[in-house]
Amino acid sequence: MLAKRIIPCLDVRDGQTVKGINFVNIREAGDPVELGAAYAEQGADELVYLDITASLEERGTFAELVEKVARTLNIPFTVGGGIRNEDDVARLLDAGADKISINTAAVNNPEMVEILAKRFGSQCVVVAIDTKHRETGDIVYIHGGRTPTQRVTQDWAREVVERGAGEILLTSMDHDGTKNGFALEITRELAENLPIPVIASGGAGSREHFVDVFKAGKADAALAASVFHFGEIPIPDLKRYLRENKIEVRL
Amino acid sequence: MNIAVVKYNAGNIHSVRLALQRLGIDPLVTADVRKIRSADKVIFPGVGEASSAMENIRQSGIADLIPQLTQPVLGICLGLQLMCRDSEENSSKCLGIFNTAVRHFPPDDKVPHMGWNRIRDLKGDLFHEIDPDAYVYFVHSYYAELDPYTVATTDYILPFSAAMQRDNFYAVQFHPEKSGAVGEQILRNFLAL
Repeated sequence: MLAKRIIPCLDVRDGQTVKGINFVNIREAGDPVELGAAYAEQGADELVYLDITASLEERGTFAELVEKVARTLNIPFTVGGGIRNEDDVARLLDAGADKISINTAAVNNPEMVEILAKRFGSQCVVVAIDTKHRETGDIVYIHGGRTPTQRVTQDWAREVVERGAGEILLTSMDHDGTKNGFALEITRELAENLPIPVIASGGAGSREHFVDVFKAGKADAALAASVFHFGEIPIPDLKRYLRENKIEVRL
Repeated sequence: MNIAVVKYNAGNIHSVRLALQRLGIDPLVTADVRKIRSADKVIFPGVGEASSAMENIRQSGIADLIPQLTQPVLGICLGLQLMCRDSEENSSKCLGIFNTAVRHFPPDDKVPHMGWNRIRDLKGDLFHEIDPDAYVYFVHSYYAELDPYTVATTDYILPFSAAMQRDNFYAVQFHPEKSGAVGEQILRNFLAL
């Protein structure tokens, strides 16, 4: 049976991880390459590196980092943040990323999903969707969650699948940063109805939340940042706990 | 050791090279038939579409070369599928090293089969010191059927060949270059043949 995946996410600015890190056994806490290798060693199934650099000039720094990560890491990794066009994607895949994730660029130009899927293969095209629940329904946000769009999350998810996305990274903005658990309803709605994997993100605070997102939320993978970075939930403990709860994971 | 990685229009050549470098081997990535023929071992990687890949390796003479090789050869992912008889992917005739059909997964679950899954019924040198039911990383929509050459089986929607071997020809459907310590051990086992 296919294992449920645990994916730590590393935010990178100027070649360094930004969120505070409390991690044993690594020399330099801010080094994304070393941190990634430590996660892989601990049993992370994949990693996501998110470039939160604002300026264009610094984009080159990120591509250099991706090269170093590719040389070091022996598990798959996705890179995202600030990808605007096909050339950005080609550069990051050439640097050794296994998958790329696009968000705002896809909403602004949905055809880009198709172009990327045709040129590079669906398996490496992850569409990240930031969603917020409103009384009228679930709405897609862009620009790192700052700008609401007219798009309904479920419709947009179906559209990107039709256009060739290989995976959806669903972040609930209502849950992100709360540590109160993942958004189970919307996650389940997408994970059950779409023919591609759904990675749930936003809200992880305890091991039980991961059980919930896999059992009730039907997610294929769960992504988190701070609970891993601060050592609040060590990955080996989390995976043992998931297995005790009859969830298939790679140990 | 002189390791050739076959270069053609496939997607994961770079990551296979990096994985070998992590093991201390600097492979020659080449489409040159003579260099491939004279290598100690040959790795035939691949992520991509079967018919265009076959077209590409026919034009470069690699399609004629590979079945004649006598040193250990390791096909990876699409490489395994191209070593089979034919593929449902755009009705491609393949190399026929394994007399096996490659089919598309039925739509009974999410396709592609993407992520970590177990390999079982392990046979042969490739799986030396690999635990039965070890997890490896897969990304594929087509699979090779089980047959007498199957040396590892994985279940997804149905049981399929996770690895095959015939004489000096080895092939894995999963990505050892992305399968953590288990994948590294499998690559080491191939290098030690």
